[in-house]
Amino acid sequence: MTQLQQNGNGSQQDFLLEVQNLKMYFPVTAGIFFQRAVADIKAVDDVSFFVKKGETLGLVGESGCGKTTTGRCVLQLYKPTAGKIMFHGVDLCTLNNRNMRPMRRQMQIIFQDPYSSLNPRMTAGSIIGEPLVVHGLAKSKAEYKERVGELLDIVGLNRYMADRFPHEFSGGQRQRIGVARALAVNPEFMVCDEPVSALDVSIQAQVINLLEDLQEQFSLTYLFIAHDLSVVRHISDRVAVMYLGHIVEIADRNDIYADPLHPYTKALLSAVPIPDPIIDAQRERILLSGEVPSPLNPPAGCVFHPRCPSVSPECMEEMPEVREVKPGHWVSCINVPGYGTPSYQLA
Amino acid sequence: MATLLEVRDLKTYFFTFGGVVKAVDGVSYDLEEGETLGLVGESGCGKSVSALSIMRLIPDPPGKIIEGEIIFNGEDLLKMSPAQMRRIRGHQISMVFQEPMTSLNPVLSVERQLTETLQLHLGMSRSDAGREAVRRLDQVGIPDPERRVKQFPHQFSGGMRQRVMIAMALSCNPRLIIADEPTTALDVTIQAQILELMKGLSREYGVALIVITHNLGVVARYADRVNIMYAGKIIERGNAQEIYRDPRHPYTLGLLNSVPRLDLPRTEKLDPIEGQPPDLVNIPLGCSFRERCRYAIDQCAEDTPPLEHIADGHSSACYVSKQLAPAS
Repeated sequence: MTQLQQNGNGSQQDFLLEVQNLKMYFPVTAGIFFQRAVADIKAVDDVSFFVKKGETLGLVGESGCGKTTTGRCVLQLYKPTAGKIMFHGVDLCTLNNRNMRPMRRQMQIIFQDPYSSLNPRMTAGSIIGEPLVVHGLAKSKAEYKERVGELLDIVGLNRYMADRFPHEFSGGQRQRIGVARALAVNPEFMVCDEPVSALDVSIQAQVINLLEDLQEQFSLTYLFIAHDLSVVRHISDRVAVMYLGHIVEIADRNDIYADPLHPYTKALLSAVPIPDPIIDAQRERILLSGEVPSPLNPPAGCVFHPRCPSVSPECMEEMPEVREVKPGHWVSCINVPGYGTPSYQLA
Repeated sequence: MATLLEVRDLKTYFFTFGGVVKAVDGVSYDLEEGETLGLVGESGCGKSVSALSIMRLIPDPPGKIIEGEIIFNGEDLLKMSPAQMRRIRGHQISMVFQEPMTSLNPVLSVERQLTETLQLHLGMSRSDAGREAVRRLDQVGIPDPERRVKQFPHQFSGGMRQRVMIAMALSCNPRLIIADEPTTALDVTIQAQILELMKGLSREYGVALIVITHNLGVVARYADRVNIMYAGKIIERGNAQEIYRDPRHPYTLGLLNSVPRLDLPRTEKLDPIEGQPPDLVNIPLGCSFRERCRYAIDQCAEDTPPLEHIADGHSSACYVSKQLAPAS
């Protein structure tokens, strides 16, 4: 039990970010004049996790599982339906826009698509410098120019590129501009929303190395959202797997890849192709039948049960809560050994 | 096995205001009957254009196939009239496109889109074609095909749309299917389903497959042979095991080393290929990869290295390929 507390509980001060029972429902409306909510899309449904200072939490899942919505809720780009988002011990959901603004200096986001996330009418320099103006961080024109140049240097671009427009850059370079923009306000915490999935393979590695260097240099904390499990393993300290609005498993990186417990995580890992025909042919492949159900009408009970290879009748009763079954390894599946005897529950 | 397709010295250029884009610049390869060939490269390397050239679907202007031969089943496709070509397309060679949402017609029912080729190429009656369409949907694993066939593309999910595309490609029993990034828009678990389906159908019916992808992992398991393309040229080709186990071009080696792998212990740092792919309007003289290459020697700047034999069926266009042999 002592070990459990060390690994699992930790001290609250270590947590830079703690998300408790986050729910984000998007209403589906009907009617022309009087729009009534007729149903809810449960994009994120009762998600809890924490991110420790200086670590990278990888958030993986397939499209539509709610990983991007979770990231946006954390930054208050969406107002969550319910739940708490504690950042430095302050619940961001209770802040008004005015009080939220200084918090935004500490948390930034890198978007997925470097083609649509940069304003085509602004130069690279003015994109990177805009946060400095908004937050009043540059006192003079010279200081502003110097800081923009410094940021370009940090992300591996040349200073003279500040006067160019986004279309003059390649995909990898554009993503570097996005990174420089996020770094401009010296944040502590960054949400990286699929930062490499739009890039070519040879360029992906360049950007991942850049993100890792920056983390070391500026002691950043990342929430790294991606669907590529090999990239997530490379960059993350801990990994959370999402399915249809729920976190189904969280564990340390080595633990989750060596010993995945949830049947969905197992299937997901087995589906990743490996660039070696001999090794790939030897691996056991779990082919899931069917597709991800609609979050508008999620299945009753465990959301994964219609596709689960090891489903039992109890699975249809209720969504199992996330429980710690091994030190630091949480899972929400009643058929995992050790699940029935709860020792510690996540927040 | 007989050779089904021979591409000889194919050059497809695009004549734009910015200059001549040499999208495909002297590509040659063969495809045996029933074989699966992986065509791998990054965006802009010419892999899709080389496939569209086989189908003669290059928009002209600005594109033009300026040289080469594409011999399919003993006949040169580039010498055929548009009418002859229409009888080949969708009948003997068919295509599966990357984006299943944009490549299906949103205002026609799935049935109409499936029966069109059947009526056109096989001369089926409408009712026969309708029954055949249901059978094909069933074959690609779409549940409840009688009901689904009446529906429209927006009522299908991404994976299901890709299955519809595959059903369409299969409908006239083609000899060759060209799949252009068939799984790129799909999730990993769905990607695995679609790849298994395509490989299974290709084995069952003896259809040859050309799978175009940027992901080396996707074709590792399914391709018999792999061609690696860079800046409009094939820079290495060989059977799948040789390409993955004994890569002999610095670019192939770089691609394999730059991706994190789930089956190997985690490395501290990734090993990327530095720099950017060249601009296809101004391809540098000599080897187009030399500016990003760690092994470049003086000779690389002077001549373009030809594809040279390394082992049976394995060749690489690099002057230092002999030195890249694994140390063991």
